[in-house]
Amino acid sequence: MIGLWIFIAVLVLLVFNMISIYNGLIRLKNQVENGWSQIDVQLKRRHDLIPNLVETAKGYMKHERGTLEGITEARSRAMGAGSVGEKAVAEKGLSSAMSKFFLVVENYPDLKANQNFLAVQEELSSTENKIAFARQNYNDQVLFFNNKIEMFPSNIMAGMFNFSKAEFFELEDAAEKEVPKVDFS
Amino acid sequence: MFELIRINKRKSFALFLLMGAFLLTLGYFIGRIWFPNSEGGLAGILIAAAVWLILTLISYFSGGSILMATSGAVEVARDAHPQLFNVVEEMKIAANLPAMPKIFIIPEKAPNAFATGVKPEKCAVAVTAGLLDRLNRDELQGVIAHEISHILNRDVLFMTFSGILLGSIVLISHVFFRSMWFGSTRRYRSGSSREGGGQAMVLVLTILLAILAPIIARLLYLAISRKREYLADASAARLTRYPEGLASALEKISGTDIVLQSANDVTAPMYITSPLRKKARRKSSALTSTHPPVKERIRILRALSQGVSYNSYQAAFAHIRGGTIIPPSGLQDTGPIPVRDVSSGSRSRDKKTSQRDLGDLMRAVNNFIFLTCSCGLKIKIPPDFKDATLSCPRCHKIHTVPLTGTPVRRGKKKKPAKAVTQSSPEQTYHRNGSGWETFSCNCGQPLLLSPDFKGEKLQCFSCGRNISIS
Repeated sequence: MIGLWIFIAVLVLLVFNMISIYNGLIRLKNQVENGWSQIDVQLKRRHDLIPNLVETAKGYMKHERGTLEGITEARSRAMGAGSVGEKAVAEKGLSSAMSKFFLVVENYPDLKANQNFLAVQEELSSTENKIAFARQNYNDQVLFFNNKIEMFPSNIMAGMFNFSKAEFFELEDAAEKEVPKVDFS
Repeated sequence: MFELIRINKRKSFALFLLMGAFLLTLGYFIGRIWFPNSEGGLAGILIAAAVWLILTLISYFSGGSILMATSGAVEVARDAHPQLFNVVEEMKIAANLPAMPKIFIIPEKAPNAFATGVKPEKCAVAVTAGLLDRLNRDELQGVIAHEISHILNRDVLFMTFSGILLGSIVLISHVFFRSMWFGSTRRYRSGSSREGGGQAMVLVLTILLAILAPIIARLLYLAISRKREYLADASAARLTRYPEGLASALEKISGTDIVLQSANDVTAPMYITSPLRKKARRKSSALTSTHPPVKERIRILRALSQGVSYNSYQAAFAHIRGGTIIPPSGLQDTGPIPVRDVSSGSRSRDKKTSQRDLGDLMRAVNNFIFLTCSCGLKIKIPPDFKDATLSCPRCHKIHTVPLTGTPVRRGKKKKPAKAVTQSSPEQTYHRNGSGWETFSCNCGQPLLLSPDFKGEKLQCFSCGRNISIS
């Protein structure tokens, strides 16, 4: 009789333990997804800020039409990108177009003193940081999630419910991997 | 990281219980003295627990706002200091906080900062105007990361509650000594002669306890307070990936002699470095200071050249100070994390710009209105400016002065009067899509729409104009 009770108690404990492990996995998975959407929000925000920048700079930089057009083009390419790989390449292109632009700006002291321009510049550089931090957070979450999937005992639950590992988001590496594929024919 | 938070919570709880036991023991003995004939001990425990409970409830529900009020902090809107808001938002993203902290500015020249909020969903960060003036972007980021780490590691929760417990112990022993001093001695002789000896023993014990309990509790509290500062430094380095930012910020903050007027003994442990006068700081020994020595904190941060994981911080700490700061179980989930490069926005500004910015900030906190003219000039309008229009001093464009008097203060200040809202004409803005969008209000204030914004109306926070969104 006592043996039966012990058996039931162990069983109940086991079930509770399994439920909490499962919930923990779901929570981590949601955090990974949330981390990804935060990256996306910041990338979109950067796209939205660029027309403002171009608009503010246009009046001052009449002779830099090429630089400004370069940014606008890079932006539309980045907005049209579909897969993660494509996105990484396009966003990198946009970043380099913008750093080129900010180098040119050094020659225009009037523009540099314009409050509107300074405001947009602060917003843009902050958005760059936010992208970096969102990526950092996303990769952290992916690391926790993947660790949990691999480690005992949560790996058993993960196997039972088909949790698969999440992918890291490496902007630099992905871009470098993609670049040699460009076809010049 | 989560592991570390869990360990912190558990330790906090254990310490909290220990201090609580102190309090109740003290209550028990004092109760025996005050009511020697009846169930005195129990009454004493109940009184002590009641004091504790009331203070805890007060601090839980309004501790943050009380702290903000005593430190003279003013909640500001985004346009008072966009960079500060951006930096806080960056750290919010890096730390994965569930909500954006509220942001307060303390209009004082001494550079310092603190954070409140017993849970990450409801927290606030306060910085002084002097801090914003002195630090560049990376340094500011370091300071904000340190403050956010305090919230993330639940230090604020612990410091608030154990601070309250400490306060209760001090309060009760204080009341006890007062009652000894002024109370009649009759009370202590009221027991029968047979019980007299035992009662005297209890009296001696109680006096001893009433002297020692506040001291021991304070030492415990301060030891933990110092340890948490190191931990927050470690987390800040990990969040920003740039320990040099916080290190040079600490250097700048500790390099000034300006005293933070609004800080006192009670609020001192909350700040990033001790806000008290240097003389007071030097007098307090290593055992009784609220913060670890700044020089040591800087040296540890500067030693993190290899990486910013908790492992690296622990190694640097052991090398410079010796001992463990991060328990081994908190170290398990971090591989090597490289340090990032200095960010582009961190050029040092010239002195003139910096002074102008500090002035602007003080003005923004003091209800000045800012108008950015299309020629790029920032026009500052004092709160007592009465005319409806003004012309830009540079390009002579005529501007309508935004009518609401209080653009930056939110919350407690009264909403703009109805008549005012009617006199500022409505504006309509058509959304292009569903992403982030910026447009400018007719008063010239650029406004930002987030993809989450689903409402049909919004009020310009600069002029109070109603804008309908379609």
